[in-house]
Amino acid sequence: MLMETPDENLALAAASGDRAAFAALVTRHYDRIFALGWRLTGNKAEAEDLAQDICAALPHRLRGWRAEARFTTWLYRVVVNAAHDARRRAAVRNRAADGWGDREIARQDAMAEDRAAQDWLMAAMAQLPVELRDTVALVLGEELTQAEAGLVLGLSEGTIAWRMSEVKKRLRAMAAEEAKA
Amino acid sequence: MTRDPDFEKLKAALKAAPASDPAAKVAALARAMDAYEDSALSGQGSNDPPRSTADRQPKAGFASGVRKMLNALKLKPVLAATTSAAALAVGLIVFLPQSEAPPERLAAPTPVAPAPAAAPEPAPEAIMTRKATPAEVAAPQDGVADLAMEAPVVEPSLSGLPAPDQRALPPESAEQFANADANPVQVTRDAPVSTFSVDVDTASYAFVRDSLMGGYLPDPEAVRVEEMLNYFPFAYPAPDVGEAPFRPTVTVMPTPWNAGTRLVHIALQGRLPEIEARPPLNLVFLIDTSGSMDDPNKLPLLKQSLALMLGELRPADQVAIVAYAGSAGEVLPPTPASERATILAALNRLDAGGSTAGAEGLTLAYRLAESMTAAGEVSRILLATDGDFNVGIDDPEGLEAFVARKRSTGVYLSVLGFGRGTLDDAVMQSLAQNGNGTAAYIDTLQEARKVLVDQLTGVLFPIADDVKIQVEWNPAQVAEYRLIGYETRALRREDFNNDAVDAGDIGAGHAVTALYEVTAPGSPALLHDPLRYGAVVADAMADAAATGAIAEDAPELGFLRLRYKAPRETVSALIEVPIVAGTEVTQDARFATAIAGFGQLLRGSVYLGDWGWDQAIDLAEANRGEDRFGYRIEAVNLMRLAQSLAR
Repeated sequence: MLMETPDENLALAAASGDRAAFAALVTRHYDRIFALGWRLTGNKAEAEDLAQDICAALPHRLRGWRAEARFTTWLYRVVVNAAHDARRRAAVRNRAADGWGDREIARQDAMAEDRAAQDWLMAAMAQLPVELRDTVALVLGEELTQAEAGLVLGLSEGTIAWRMSEVKKRLRAMAAEEAKA
Repeated sequence: MTRDPDFEKLKAALKAAPASDPAAKVAALARAMDAYEDSALSGQGSNDPPRSTADRQPKAGFASGVRKMLNALKLKPVLAATTSAAALAVGLIVFLPQSEAPPERLAAPTPVAPAPAAAPEPAPEAIMTRKATPAEVAAPQDGVADLAMEAPVVEPSLSGLPAPDQRALPPESAEQFANADANPVQVTRDAPVSTFSVDVDTASYAFVRDSLMGGYLPDPEAVRVEEMLNYFPFAYPAPDVGEAPFRPTVTVMPTPWNAGTRLVHIALQGRLPEIEARPPLNLVFLIDTSGSMDDPNKLPLLKQSLALMLGELRPADQVAIVAYAGSAGEVLPPTPASERATILAALNRLDAGGSTAGAEGLTLAYRLAESMTAAGEVSRILLATDGDFNVGIDDPEGLEAFVARKRSTGVYLSVLGFGRGTLDDAVMQSLAQNGNGTAAYIDTLQEARKVLVDQLTGVLFPIADDVKIQVEWNPAQVAEYRLIGYETRALRREDFNNDAVDAGDIGAGHAVTALYEVTAPGSPALLHDPLRYGAVVADAMADAAATGAIAEDAPELGFLRLRYKAPRETVSALIEVPIVAGTEVTQDARFATAIAGFGQLLRGSVYLGDWGWDQAIDLAEANRGEDRFGYRIEAVNLMRLAQSLAR
C-alpha cells in the first residue's frame, strides 16, 4: 500500500518522523540512486559508495525537504552534488579526478581487440568534460527533459540544449576519429 | 535531438547500467535506517547502544572517517558540536552580503557550492532569516554536503584561516608577475621627453598586503609603485562642469630621500561620478569555476563580493552570468538588476570543478554583452578568476589579440583576481590593459567592498579612454629625471600623438598619480657627469633664458601634455599644463610620496640612499589626513610589518 503513495507524500511523512515511510522511500529509490551514480562516475564500486553515503545522509537532508520540487528532481540534485563532492575530494587528495578517467587509462593500457559497447561508452564519456558528462547522464541516462535536467543542475534550459549540442559535436568528432583509425 | 544516432548509441550504453549489488543495497538501506534513527526526524530519538560502522569498507576515506567520529560521539556531544557550528556561523554574519536576502531564497532549495568548510553562506543565512535551531543549521537544506557543514566542528583549523606559522614561508607558487626593471635616471639633454600611459589598476597593492599579512616580503617583481599609489583615495581638485573629464594638478616639492633633488607630483582627478544621472549598465560576470577556484579565498569570496556589488546596481541595469570550466555555460541570461533573488540564486549555484577554458568563456561573454548593449548604455565584462588559464588557450597572445579586437565594439573588460598560488598576474594585466579595463586583486571582503561598492562608478564607468601622459623637461631647470613606477606602461615618444596606440582609461572619479624625481643642473646629486663637449648646448639654453624665451620669474621645469579620448571616440584631445614650482604642497602629495617610498623600499631601489622604513613610516603617519576608511593607517601598519620582516 505504501508503494503506491507518491514520493512527495512519503518524503513529507518521513520528514515528520514516520519511519516506515522513510524505509519505503529509500527502498524504492536505491536503484535509481545507484544507477545515476554509475552514470556519473562510470565505476560500480564508486557508485555503491556514493549510494551508501547518500542513503546515510538522506534523513539529514530530508529536513530540508520543502516539497517545492518533485522528489525525484530533488533526489537527482542530491546525487549530482554528492558526485561532485566526491570528485572534489578525490581531486584534493591528488588522485585522478574521476572514475571515467581511470577507466579510460585502464582501457588504453589493455587496448584490447574487443571494442564492445561498454568500451565505447568509456571512451566516449572519458572524452567529455565533467559538465557535459553530468548533463548526458541526466538527459540520456535518466531520460530527463532538458528543462528537468536544468532544474537538477541549476542551469537554464538553454544551457542544457547548448551542452547537448556540444556533446553531439564531440561525438561526431570521435566517430570521425574512429573511422580514420 | 535524442533521435540522433550518436545519442541513441550513447543512450543505449548508459541505459545498460549494471544491476545494483544486493548486498551493497542491504547495507546501504541499513545505514539509512540507522541514520534515520539517529536523526532528529525520528520521533523516538535513539538510546540504543552505538551501532557498528564496521560494515563500511575502509577505503571510504574522509567521509566515513568524519561520520565514524560523529557516530562515536553520539547524540549529546554532536548536539554540542552543532551548537558551536551555529556559534561560528553567528560570528560570520558581519561579513555577509546577503543580509537582506528576500525570503524567496530560502524557499527555493538552491545548491550551494560546498567548498569544504569554506562556504559560510548557508548557515548564517538560515540564522538571519528565521530563528533556526542549531540542528537546522547543521542541516543544509539543499542537500549538498553535510561534510561542508561538519568540517568546522571536527577541526576548526580547517576553516580557511591558516594559523600564522603555517604561512611564514612564501608558498610555492606558479604566479607570474608583470614588471620591468625600475626606470633609470635619464639625462634631460639626451632624452628630454618622457611618455607613458596612465594606469588605474590597484592589484599590486593588494598583492603586497596579502604577502605581508602572510608573513613574508612580496616578490619585488610583484610591486608596481603606480598601482600602490592608485590604491588610495586622494582628494585632488576635480574638474569643473564643462571642462575636460579630468583635471591635472602639478606640485613640485623636496624629495624626502635626497636633499639634492625635487619631486614632481602629477595628479589627475577624474570627474566625480554623477551618481544620479549615470547611464544604465550591462554587466556580464564571467566567472571562473575551474577546480582551482575551490578555495575559501576564491569562489566563495567571489560570490560574496559580487553579491555586495549587486546592492549598488539600479533596476535599469542588467546582469548576466557566464561560468567557464571545462565547457562554458550561460548560468544566468541577461536579467534586470531588480531581480536580486534570481541573480543571487544563480550566483550561489556556481560550483568549482573542471579545468579552465577561458577563451571559450570569453567569447560567450562578449557575445552576451554585445547583445545587451543598447544606445547610450555601458557594457562591461567582469572577469573573475584566479588566473589559471591553463587549458583551452594554447596561445595567450591570441587571447589578448581577441580582447584587443573586441575593444572596438565598446565592451570593456575588467579583471578581478582572486586567491594566490596560480595567479597569472601577467595575463590578468594584459587582458585588462587590452580590454580597456582595470585589474584589481581581491583578497578580502573589505577589499571587495572598496573595489566594487565604494568605487563602483569608477570601476564601471569610463570617462576618458587612452589617456597618455607626456612630459618634456626643460634642460635649463632639470638636468636629470626619473619616473617612479609605470615601468610596464612606458610608451614611445611618437606614440603620444598616434591615436591608434592604446593606453589606459580613467573611470569616473578615478585619481591617477605619477611622481618624477628631478635634479637641477649643477646639483651635487647629479648622477651623470657633464659632457665635455656639451657646453655649447648649455650656453644656448642660457641665452634663451636670458632673452626671455623661458621666463625667469616662474621658471618652467617642464611641460606636461595629456592626450585622451572621450569614451568611444577615435580622435584624441590635448591638455597642456606647464610644470612650475611654488604651488602649495598638500598632505595628499606628501602621503603619495611616502607610498612611493614604500614601493621603492620593497623593490630594493638604489635611489633611496639611507632613507629607510623609519622615515617612510613617519612620513606616511604624519600625512594620514582624514583617512575616513582607514586605508592610510593600514598602509602605515603594513610598512611596520615590512620593516620587521625585512630585518
